[in-house]
Amino acid sequence: MSAPLKVDNISCRYEHETAVNQTSFEMESGDLACLLGPSGCGKTTVLRAIAGFQPLTNGAIYLDGRRISSTSAVLAPEYRNMGMVFQDHALFPHMTVGKNIGAGLFRHSAADARKIVGEMLERVGLADKTNKYPHELSGGQQQRVALARALAPSPGLLLMDEPFSNLDVDLRERLGQEVRELLKDIGTTCVLVTHDQQDAFTFGDAVGVMRDGHIEQWDHPYNLYHEPTSVFVANFVGDGVFLDGTIASSSEVKTELGLHSGDLVTDLPVGTRVDLLVRPDDVIHDDNSSQSAKILKRSFRGESYLYTLLLPSSSKVLSLVPSHHNHAIGEDLGIRMEIDHLIVYPKDGPTCPLD
Amino acid sequence: MTSKLAGEVYDISSQPLSRLSVRADPWRIGTFAIALVALLPVLAILWLAVFPTENIWPHLISTSLPRYLKNTALLMLGVGASVFLTGVSTAYLISNFEFPLRRYFEWLLLLPLAFPAYVIAYLYTDLLEFAGPIQHGLRVMFDWQLATDYWFPDVRSMGGAIMLMGLVLYPYVYLMARASFIEQSSYLSDASRLMGRNMFKTFLFVSLPIARPAIAIGVALALMETLNDFGTVDFFAIHTLTAGLYDVWFNMGNLGGAAQIASVMLTFVVLLLGLEFAGRRRRRFYQSATRFIRTQRIPLTGKSKWLAFLMCAAPVVFGFLLPLGMLFDYAFRYFDESWNPAFRTYAFNSLFVSITAALVCITLAVLVCYTRRLYKDTATGVAARIATLGYAMPGAVLAVGVVIPLASFDNIVDGFFRQYFGFSSGLLLTGTTFALIMTYTIRFLAISIGSVESSMSKISESMDMAARTLGHPAFRTLRLFHLPLLRGGIMTAALIVFVDCMKELPATLLLRPFNFDTLATHVYQFASDEMIEQSALGSLVIVLSGLLPVVLLSSTISRTQHLDKIE
Repeated sequence: MSAPLKVDNISCRYEHETAVNQTSFEMESGDLACLLGPSGCGKTTVLRAIAGFQPLTNGAIYLDGRRISSTSAVLAPEYRNMGMVFQDHALFPHMTVGKNIGAGLFRHSAADARKIVGEMLERVGLADKTNKYPHELSGGQQQRVALARALAPSPGLLLMDEPFSNLDVDLRERLGQEVRELLKDIGTTCVLVTHDQQDAFTFGDAVGVMRDGHIEQWDHPYNLYHEPTSVFVANFVGDGVFLDGTIASSSEVKTELGLHSGDLVTDLPVGTRVDLLVRPDDVIHDDNSSQSAKILKRSFRGESYLYTLLLPSSSKVLSLVPSHHNHAIGEDLGIRMEIDHLIVYPKDGPTCPLD
Repeated sequence: MTSKLAGEVYDISSQPLSRLSVRADPWRIGTFAIALVALLPVLAILWLAVFPTENIWPHLISTSLPRYLKNTALLMLGVGASVFLTGVSTAYLISNFEFPLRRYFEWLLLLPLAFPAYVIAYLYTDLLEFAGPIQHGLRVMFDWQLATDYWFPDVRSMGGAIMLMGLVLYPYVYLMARASFIEQSSYLSDASRLMGRNMFKTFLFVSLPIARPAIAIGVALALMETLNDFGTVDFFAIHTLTAGLYDVWFNMGNLGGAAQIASVMLTFVVLLLGLEFAGRRRRRFYQSATRFIRTQRIPLTGKSKWLAFLMCAAPVVFGFLLPLGMLFDYAFRYFDESWNPAFRTYAFNSLFVSITAALVCITLAVLVCYTRRLYKDTATGVAARIATLGYAMPGAVLAVGVVIPLASFDNIVDGFFRQYFGFSSGLLLTGTTFALIMTYTIRFLAISIGSVESSMSKISESMDMAARTLGHPAFRTLRLFHLPLLRGGIMTAALIVFVDCMKELPATLLLRPFNFDTLATHVYQFASDEMIEQSALGSLVIVLSGLLPVVLLSSTISRTQHLDKIE
């Protein structure tokens, strides 16, 4: 019974501050979406509003075409048929795993409930843990139980609040994949909230980057990285720097590193001074290149080095280089530019310098 | 979701939206009502003090009020100094040094808390009066005959009251100071030592100032108890405000006058509350946020070792062991005289009102705490706050404040019955245990709210959200997912309220129905009639039940030690 969700221009206020400001997005039945943003951007408030814990000061929320929240009336959380998964798992400590998963099945007959609990345990691979208590499980197992509990009553919508943040890096990626496959298999509509872009990219069909209570960009993860529509998104998603440049033609931007040609989507006239987004993977290490830059900093990432390079104009760019190319700080590194997506922002607009 | 998993899919469209404009649901109505009831006594007192039926202000001010004020101030100053010195010094020794039996003193020092001040006052009077064993022994030893042959301090004096109250109230300060000394990072005192201050100066200029907010809270709590005391000052014939209130109300039958004295006592209450709040606010900043290294306790040697031992042993012996021994001795020797049907009735009465009040308190506490969890708005927060203010009010003041509105209620109902049915309904509320239980509830609600609140705060908010999204409405969430986890906190709350009600004297004396005695009033009555030995059994029951929460407290202390070892 998965359902489409429509969040229509909602705002939420706490005592004196606006936490969510005129945010909208829509999801089809079975979609997996992420809200991504720094802490305090309002993403959790959006989730709470969808669940019915947060009153709206503007807009409305629709589930399966029915208005479930507006500024004047809300459907209580217990009547929304949504599942929710939390960062701290929120398992009931006085109940066994089986009882936890069955906690939302009180409208079913005992036999049905037992059957569903068994099937859910099977699905999350914990069939042998029915009679264990939450504290006897590992963090990853607890999160699986939390997921099974939320999914057991066949929710119209699943909400997840930083579900992987308490897990270690290895596990969070694996569990993220698993959960995605499980939800796709069942066909559940799901909104996940996270501050970690890796979580968002692993999980979401669509990702909404939030800032100061509104969604800056709602897009596929690939587009967020390669075609950010705002300086904030460009900064927040992935590494990168901005280089001074000028629009040279409808598909070319000129910088101190030469003329770059690629996809340029802008209506700015030729000759406009702009900031050009340069990602670390746009700057290719090439010993045979005529261009080079001095290594200012380097950080070892295992399979690669991230070099910070100083250009003659004293601007900086980042370059991601396989780690067997081991160069010392102060050396000159030969580089070649390969920028497919030319992302530019006009100079006089609001800029956020990168560090 | 596929239908193979779902038996029957729940249809959300069957449920109505709830209107947001209807903000008053049973939870909030309940909490606001509780706050109103808790506030009622204060309002009633102020009302009657400002608009008395018979104005005795001029009379009060020209005659007894200055004396009441002076005595109350003196008593509070003295007890304050006494609990400060005893509490801080023992807490400092316990948390910084190693000496014989230190580990046991850590919780033994709490035990005097089990003694109501009036019981210890009766016992020491018995021990130290002219006919008592000490003076008798001295007379035999030195061959004195008359009281004029030698000087011996009179226990039944201001000094005696201060000493004895200090002896049973210092644990408030000890408990707070000890916690603060232990929580202080040892880096702070280490730094001070490295900069050249010796142990004592480090204590004086570093540890003590940091602990000051915590100590202020402890002193404030001890002084609230001092202000509350009636049994001791009455027995010692010290005319404090509480004693005066009792005198004006019971001996002169002037409720308006009592309300006026009560309103004067309210200023003391406000001062003490101010002291406590200031302490609590400051303490937040003084506590170190990060984990810290536990102070390594320094082993004492030679004389200092035994000095520390004596400093900790003295309050335990004089505040607990000696009086308890006397109680046991009297209770056994006079058992046949004490254990009679009347005694059993008093015990039953005590149990009945205390258990009822404890049950009411925990029910209301759960209601208030859960409402605060459901509604985070300012109004609900203020209402919950008001509901907890009763603990600062002396029992006698509360009694006056409760009687005023209940009596007018009784009068109205009575008038109605006389007019329309031709008979009197009598004292429906003031003449029954209702008034008593209501007063206990207002006075001890704060304790139960505190206990339930701290226990509820350990349940994460996401637990509620999980339960709600799984389809459980607010009340069922409370019943299925909170109450099982709150059991410990609720039991603790019930126990402490129960014991406090067992001990309670001033309000019970003022409000008990005619011919209704509890163990506390029975002890008071007998002690006033110089029959301390015959009432020892009653005192013993009160003290032993009072030990229960103290034991609970000490087990918490040893549990924190255990945790420290693990970390």
